[in-house]
Amino acid sequence: MKDSEHLIRLAAVFAGGLLFFVVIRSFFVPSSFGLYGHYRADAIKDVAALQVVHAGHEACEGCHSDVADLKNKGKHAHVNCEACHGPQGQHANDPMSVKPPLPDPAKLCVTCHEANAAKPRSFPQIVAKDHAGDVACNTCHVPHNPRIGDAPAPAHSEVKK
Amino acid sequence: MQIPVDGFMYPNEIELQWSVLIVLYPFLTGLVAGAFILASLERVFRVEEVKPTYRLALLTALAFLLVAPLPLQLHLGHPERSFEMYLTPHRSSAMAMFGFVYLWYLMAVLLLEIWLDYRKDIVVMARANSGWKKRLYRVLALGSDNISEAALAVDNHAGWIVTVVGIPSAFLLHGYVGFIFGSVKANPWWSTPLMPVVFLFSAIVSGIAAVMLLYMFTGSRRHRLDTRCVDTIARYLFYAFIIDFSLEMLDLIHRIYEADESFRSLDFMVHSRLYTSHVVIQILCGTVLPIGLLALTQVLHLSEKVRLRTYAVAGVLTLIGIFAMRWNVVIGGQLFSKSFLGYTTYKMGFATREGLLTAIVLVLMPLGILWGLIKLLPPWSDDESLPV
Repeated sequence: MKDSEHLIRLAAVFAGGLLFFVVIRSFFVPSSFGLYGHYRADAIKDVAALQVVHAGHEACEGCHSDVADLKNKGKHAHVNCEACHGPQGQHANDPMSVKPPLPDPAKLCVTCHEANAAKPRSFPQIVAKDHAGDVACNTCHVPHNPRIGDAPAPAHSEVKK
Repeated sequence: MQIPVDGFMYPNEIELQWSVLIVLYPFLTGLVAGAFILASLERVFRVEEVKPTYRLALLTALAFLLVAPLPLQLHLGHPERSFEMYLTPHRSSAMAMFGFVYLWYLMAVLLLEIWLDYRKDIVVMARANSGWKKRLYRVLALGSDNISEAALAVDNHAGWIVTVVGIPSAFLLHGYVGFIFGSVKANPWWSTPLMPVVFLFSAIVSGIAAVMLLYMFTGSRRHRLDTRCVDTIARYLFYAFIIDFSLEMLDLIHRIYEADESFRSLDFMVHSRLYTSHVVIQILCGTVLPIGLLALTQVLHLSEKVRLRTYAVAGVLTLIGIFAMRWNVVIGGQLFSKSFLGYTTYKMGFATREGLLTAIVLVLMPLGILWGLIKLLPPWSDDESLPV
């Protein structure tokens, strides 16, 4: 036994380390951890308290019914307003002070419609440079109802210079 | 920064998520596992010729093991999360379980074996030194002063048990690293059950080569190089390399014969973007050439000087080849699109968190730690090997 004493000391060091870990763990692991799953249950409350950034298309249509009517007749009927205009929760809460900027069609339209081998063939796609050169998409197309002839000609205010 | 892309890539594939640091991680752990397995040759399998490298191999394994998680920490950028991984372990996450594999290997195998093997030296150094050095060695000896024959016999027996447990642990450590890649079923370049085995054998090869080079370097600096020992290590390196190469070829033949839907895309990648790093550096310079050189030393009767130089060249080429293998697995697996319609490019930064400079520092760091460990726990006594 005397000749194994150093191994007992070693075992004591390991046991001490383990005890230290258990004590540390009790301090660091949040009390709500594991209540519902492998995460801190209080995180749900934290996330729920965050400000909502999207308004939802019903809120948009409440004020912009003319645009909604135009959009609902065309191919973009299923595209949510905020998919192009970005989150508008603040604008919906305070429409007079918070004015959203107009999207830039040169960047926005090609996000979906630039030709790409991975997209279904039935999806309308173009090589923007060949299709229109440097001419902005909304010179010819109305973004809310893009098929030419289906909607009145683009209003001057909608054309981004 | 514009990344050159050929053909079609999905948007989330264009920029590589796993950088050169993730290449380093399996490279460093491979050296650990290989060095430990070389050490166990002497301890468990009683290969007396490699005895002079036993302690050096253990210290090398420890030095590299201490640095092995750093590339991951730098890559993630949240070192505190590795601590959380221990606090709230998630058994379904293979990567999270790495922490436990790592801790087991570090604490229950390597440190324990080094401590048991060095205990007599530590006690002797505690007796011989004074001041802070004496206190340091006293702490390392855990206050014990007993180095009687019976106590050392206990150490020897316990050390043998630790090594026997250590061999499957070393296999687990590096087999696990291969498993991380091999189990990604969405990536055909990685997804093969052979991956853990291939990683394991390449780890053994790189570890043996690294310890051989370190022993040759330190031995020649001290003018005490046991050529018989180097010959034996080189022979084991040769055998391990043949098994490793056979496994890699088996994997390749299997892929070529199976020729699944990913084959044309991967084949094109190997013949274009990966040609230099895979065919030229990994296979020709890093595998065929060192195996050929090692084979020559086995077949021809070369002079000692020529033999040692051949081993040195073969060892360096081996390490380059194994690093290239890790590179081709990690980087190669991210260069092609999962649509099999395009390829992207890896742009490595220089003085960035995951850049080349960081990688170089991480490779050199274990050598610095090893130097410190050798100073603290000298792996040799001057009468153990023959002067050249």
